[in-house]
Amino acid sequence: MKVLLRNPRRELEIEGPMVADVLLRRLDINPETVLIICDGTLVPRDTRLSDDAEVELRPVISGGAA
Amino acid sequence: MKCRRCRQPAVIDLRRHNAAFCSDCFLHHCREQVRRAISEFSMFGPEDRILVAVSGGKDSLALWHLLRELGYSADGLYIGLGIGGYSEESEIRTRAFADDHGLTLRVISLPEDHGYDVETAAQRTRRAPCGACGLSKRHLFNRAALDGGYDVVATGHNLDDEAAVLLGNVLHWEPGYLGRQYPVLPATEGFARKVKPLVRLGEREMAAYCVLLGIEYQVEECPMAEGNRHLGYKEVLNDLEARSPGSKAAFLASFFSRGHEFFRDAAGGEQEALHGCVECGSPTTGEVCAFCALRARVVGDTPVTIGRKD
Ligand code: SF4
Ligand SMILES: [Zn+2]
Ligand SMILES: [Zn+2]
Repeated sequence: MKVLLRNPRRELEIEGPMVADVLLRRLDINPETVLIICDGTLVPRDTRLSDDAEVELRPVISGGAA
Repeated sequence: MKCRRCRQPAVIDLRRHNAAFCSDCFLHHCREQVRRAISEFSMFGPEDRILVAVSGGKDSLALWHLLRELGYSADGLYIGLGIGGYSEESEIRTRAFADDHGLTLRVISLPEDHGYDVETAAQRTRRAPCGACGLSKRHLFNRAALDGGYDVVATGHNLDDEAAVLLGNVLHWEPGYLGRQYPVLPATEGFARKVKPLVRLGEREMAAYCVLLGIEYQVEECPMAEGNRHLGYKEVLNDLEARSPGSKAAFLASFFSRGHEFFRDAAGGEQEALHGCVECGSPTTGEVCAFCALRARVVGDTPVTIGRKD
């Protein structure tokens, strides 16, 4: 599957299928810090992501202090 | 996972609530959390005119949307900070959102209306960019609210923002800051009431709210935020949250319900010493307010030196 990460923007190719939770753990991403968007749709962590899916792990943490 | 309310397939899981929601029920959950925050802290009523501080990011656009959904009258104010492509994109997103929803948006540009941008201000005053930026925004939002006859300024600070600020304030035991950290700050002479209706919602929820409604927010980070110590605090809190879901919300909520009262007196002490800034009339303890002092030092068109020397 294609995995899109941001800040900085980059794309990874990872073999699927894989449960979203496992993908996050493998990439060492805290589930509190991202949304999982699979083929344009928001999905929960127990979703099985197929090998031909396009998955965006969109960070949700903003850095402003004001 | 199934939705906790209706048993349809879920789109998001919220470990803090030990729940998952479908799209409709999640949007309901967000409205409900904002409604409860507004009523719990008596933020404003249906007759109040609200000015929403909008940045084009997920929190402020979601806040604006939520307030309108809940039936409040809310206009937006966007402040262009002159931070290159980031600011340009943020303004485009904000204007598009206002247009799409038929909302009234006011726009102020720091470079065009006040002659400086955040980066220059930071360099010339040797402050952190977020310091100069925050000072400018607070001043201009307050001014715009008073001049425009608004009852209250609403900002998109969410549960994660506030928990990170609280951690910082606690690490340094800052009584004055702790006393002022509350979801509603009442109006005082020269200062509009300020409220944070998103204190019961985390930033993951705000991003999800926008994604589900197709609200196109500025996803890229402000380039000035890098290395900001609040990001470090958020990281620590999210590590804690991963181990023990609900920690962040408990930390913040128990401060508001049990801790804040002990610092309240430390917050307001300076009120009596305030008078009008000679430049703009805003309340200040000095001759000119912090904003006018900053502006004078950056733009260099006013022969006033005040505050920190380089
Ligand atoms: S990250 Fe800092 S400089 Fe950037 S918009 Fe937020 S407060 Fe301003
Ligand atoms: Zn549901
Ligand atoms: Zn002034």
